[in-house]
Amino acid sequence: MTFNWRRYASPPHCYRLISRILPALWAISLLLGVAGLLTGLLLAPGDVQQGEGYRIIFIHVPASWMSMIIYLAIALWAAVGLVLNTSLSFMLMTALAPTGAAMTALSLLSGALWGKPMWGAWWVWDARLTSELILLFLYLALLALRAAIDDPRRADRACALFALFSVINIPIIYFSVRWWNTLHQGPSITMGQAPAMSDQVLLGLVLMTLAAWAYSLAMSFSRLRLLILQRQADTGWVKQLTGACR
Amino acid sequence: MNWQQWRTLCLRDIRLAMRRPGETLHVLFFFIMTVTLFPLASSPSATTLQAIGPGVLWVCAVLACLLLLGELLESDWRDGALEALLFMPLNLPLALSAKIVARWLCGALPLVIVSPLLGLQLELPASVLPMLAGTLALGTLALLFIGAPGAALILGTRNGGMLLGLLILPLFLPVLIFGALAVAGAQAGRSVEAELSILLALTLLTVFFSPLATAACLRLACE
Repeated sequence: MTFNWRRYASPPHCYRLISRILPALWAISLLLGVAGLLTGLLLAPGDVQQGEGYRIIFIHVPASWMSMIIYLAIALWAAVGLVLNTSLSFMLMTALAPTGAAMTALSLLSGALWGKPMWGAWWVWDARLTSELILLFLYLALLALRAAIDDPRRADRACALFALFSVINIPIIYFSVRWWNTLHQGPSITMGQAPAMSDQVLLGLVLMTLAAWAYSLAMSFSRLRLLILQRQADTGWVKQLTGACR
Repeated sequence: MNWQQWRTLCLRDIRLAMRRPGETLHVLFFFIMTVTLFPLASSPSATTLQAIGPGVLWVCAVLACLLLLGELLESDWRDGALEALLFMPLNLPLALSAKIVARWLCGALPLVIVSPLLGLQLELPASVLPMLAGTLALGTLALLFIGAPGAALILGTRNGGMLLGLLILPLFLPVLIFGALAVAGAQAGRSVEAELSILLALTLLTVFFSPLATAACLRLACE
């Protein structure tokens, strides 16, 4: 008998699977987070130019990566849901959105905290910062759209359509913001072009990135569990489950 | 769906808009008033106005388009005309494009026509005014097409009008940037061929793809 991964598209199977892996996932994210912070804050050497302030990179960079990856994941599950008509895809999409919004907000916030000592400004109209802000707006729009529609089936599909429509627009938005930025702003700040990182910094960054992945998965799966229970509240298996708990 | 049917649909919407000129005029006055607010809020000096002029006109046009989109499908949805359209043996995306074009002709074209006057008010040099009207004409068409799926998504939702802004303002950004840059570039005497080409490309892309997305969103709203 071959392993049939598609059976996890069924909410009860998926519920059992994530209930089993969630504790491990939370433990992994906690361990990786602690290890990453220890490496980043204690082991890694200070930066020549930026002193100790650069250490916010260990939060900022993973959060920025996750913010973008999660939007892509949302669009992916939106497409899967619209094509295959699987309710679980829409639930995953819904479960991912708040985590993505939080990561985007964290990235903007940590960027501002980093920018103040380094550039002397909380905010600059750099192309990347502006695009990240627009991404936050898109996340908020997605959450607002879901909140505004009562019928969950319609809300699922409306959000999926919006996620797809907006994800196509994101590269265009990024391109136009960059174009606008090069015309309006002199070469005052150059981001990127990071100097060669020491091994400890790189290790800390890798650990924190993995921690961010594990945390995002754990958080979204926890939310997914609740969503499954909520949506399937009147099915037999959920009644059995909650009855057994009582 | 042939040209005759498309024109009939378009003319129906134009006729409806003509019989209720209030709605069109509201948006026009909204545009004029918001533009007027900027000199009052900043400063009436020519240098300030010239610096912010293209941006102000474009932002106000974007907000006016938001109002137009709020009404694009709403009344037809309320009285059931939209559902009737859905069941007709028509190509739905094409039928919707007729509605959007009608809305542009009745709602956005008046803004384009008065925009040179407002440009003069904001001390823009006369040589820039054709560029202003031209980019606004192209840009408002693109904005209405970009926003149409959003207008279909909010049908029957709570606080639909507020939601619409949240949904589509981020998507308006590229058109806004290139439209305002083209006007500002012309003002600075720069060649703006690149900006115009991109604006035209954005318009063509959205005119082609957006009716398809709008039709999908509309089918969802009328289920």
